[in-house]
Amino acid sequence: MGKVVAVTGNEAVAEALRQVNPDVCAAYPITPQTDMMQRFASFASNGKVKTEVILVESEHSSMSACVGASAAGGRVITATSSQGLLLMLEIVFIASGLRLPIVMPVVNRAVSAPINIHGDHSDAMAARDAGWIQLWSENAQEAYDNAIQAFRIAEHMDIRLPAMVCLDGFIISHSIERLEYLDDKTVSDFVGEFKAVNPLLDVEHPVSYGPLILTDYYMEYRKAHDDVMSRVSKVVLDVAADFKKISGREYGLFETYRLDDAEIGIVVLNSAAGTSKDVIDDFRNKGIKAGLLKPRLMRPFPYNEVGEALKHLKALCVLDRADAFGASLGPLCSDIMSALYQYKDKPIIVNKIYGLGGRDFMPSQAEYALNDLVSILNTGKIKTLKEYIGVRE
Amino acid sequence: MATAPLSLKELSKKEILFAPGHRMCAGCGAPVIVKMVLLATDYQIVAGNATGCLEVSSCISDFTSWKIPWIHNAFENAAATVSGVEAMYRSLKKQGKIDKEIKFIAFGGDGGTYDIGFQSLSGAMERGHDMLYVCYDNGAYMNTGIQRSSATPVGADTTTCPAGDVVQGKPQQRKDVTKIMAAHGIPYVAQASPSHWQDLVKKVRKALDIKGPKFMNIIAGCNRGWRSQTNDAITLSRLAVETCYWPLFEIENGITRITVKPKEKRPLTDFLKPQGRFKHLFAPQNEQLLKSAQEQVDRYWERLLKEEACFAPASESEDTKE
Repeated sequence: MGKVVAVTGNEAVAEALRQVNPDVCAAYPITPQTDMMQRFASFASNGKVKTEVILVESEHSSMSACVGASAAGGRVITATSSQGLLLMLEIVFIASGLRLPIVMPVVNRAVSAPINIHGDHSDAMAARDAGWIQLWSENAQEAYDNAIQAFRIAEHMDIRLPAMVCLDGFIISHSIERLEYLDDKTVSDFVGEFKAVNPLLDVEHPVSYGPLILTDYYMEYRKAHDDVMSRVSKVVLDVAADFKKISGREYGLFETYRLDDAEIGIVVLNSAAGTSKDVIDDFRNKGIKAGLLKPRLMRPFPYNEVGEALKHLKALCVLDRADAFGASLGPLCSDIMSALYQYKDKPIIVNKIYGLGGRDFMPSQAEYALNDLVSILNTGKIKTLKEYIGVRE
Repeated sequence: MATAPLSLKELSKKEILFAPGHRMCAGCGAPVIVKMVLLATDYQIVAGNATGCLEVSSCISDFTSWKIPWIHNAFENAAATVSGVEAMYRSLKKQGKIDKEIKFIAFGGDGGTYDIGFQSLSGAMERGHDMLYVCYDNGAYMNTGIQRSSATPVGADTTTCPAGDVVQGKPQQRKDVTKIMAAHGIPYVAQASPSHWQDLVKKVRKALDIKGPKFMNIIAGCNRGWRSQTNDAITLSRLAVETCYWPLFEIENGITRITVKPKEKRPLTDFLKPQGRFKHLFAPQNEQLLKSAQEQVDRYWERLLKEEACFAPASESEDTKE
């Protein structure tokens, strides 16, 4: 067992990054990520890491520098939130298109306008189809564990794709929790040496990165990217199995809670899953068979596995901490519906948007969602397919 | 670093690291500049390239003209991208994982340098990366079809500031990006022209021997955008220098030196007249615009002479006389 500590989510992820000890980090401050990169910069200033830290003038340049550094041939990190992720989004697509295994914690925050510094998932959801791997984390322990595993997944020779590690702004990034650290050597052995593929710095074997590809071969490149995405799930599970050996902690593509015999269920990402699990216990105590599924691997989304895990439910509510304006459903709900579409018998699905701009997710909201599902079972009727909850009318 | 003597005979023995077969337009100045820059040095180079004519024409999968490691990321981030490559080099060198001496060059056009890439360039220069940024300045967004940039000279006709009945081409002056880079306090900034190849090659050699961020602005003829002949990129670059429209100077550690002083300063119209983009300026009613453009060139040149005089050593060195 590792060292037990009481730290914030940002501190825990910064510690994971110190233990991984990457070659280059490019960083730009943005709330609520700032404190994570400050801590990392302090490791560099005090010789605790070998990392060259580039303190860039914008997130656009942080991802641009990461692309250059990663193509040069080494392990590269950055971290961001909200507007920062949106500003760098152009280069986020390029990082994955060039198959560069950059690891980037995303401390989830609302997006402007109106400007709001608090936690919701609008930032990472805006980047969900950028060809990156996305691992989502309920708490500081999961953020720490995901950060370490992200390097193994991203750098796997069958994959070579960048990875985001998502954790909720303030709720997780700034709250102190109990967690277990692994020791430095265990982490360092787990991630192993970085293996460069076609590095720019191999001047004896010059390569060109970033060619123009038009109608003749562009589509083949994009298909190749999609093919790689289809291999990610297996690697995530293999890496999780190895991680269990060093930590005792179990990870999958998603977590299920009291789901096997459940009739109704909640699907929710990140920190709100903790609150929801407590409320599910209350419903179970009342004799109502409720359960939960919390996606961990959000991209590539494990449609088949999620579908298999949820298909037996009679009704389920997908809680989205982001909206997809004009798409009628929140982004997570669209994925869950897609996952279940293939089944003849499938649960009734409703979607509730909660917690935008850091609004607290209260047990009463989970109760409301579950009571709605109970009512759907009793009446066979859906009141509202999608609604905002915890909102002033 | 020991380099071959500066003679065409010696340079011609070197391998051309920018291979033929690229798809730049006939008569374009940019590939000439790239070849000269890469011929200038014996260092091993890793290059970055902003999106633009040079980039889209030199690496079309599965072909590349670059016989050195090369990376294209996006339009506005060649400087940030190369700063990342250079940081990885420093990291791996510090860790003993690489022992070679490598130098880093970013190439960008004026759009990718003066405009959309300006912040990225400023940031990389301020951070002190050991890299040379080379802007090939053809004075407009030529790749997308001759739209005005902040490098477009006053009065030039472009597709987004077309000379019309009420507007006589671009109303604004050029942004003086060379001086702005000098204002970053970086160790070396220079302007060069492919017409003066010895001067250009010397500047590249000097820049690469200096540790830290360096910036070179090089005029690049574009017959499509300048509305000129396919065989006159070098002639027009020479006229740009001889009219003092494009003075050849360097600012090394804050000290300005004019590296080529024309024997006789030619009138600006010698540079403008052969170019279709300035044709409308020669209409009788635009006489005042031509006069004003000449005055701007004169003011800039006089100011440059004064800047040089401020720091002039007791005797002027020989190579400043053409």
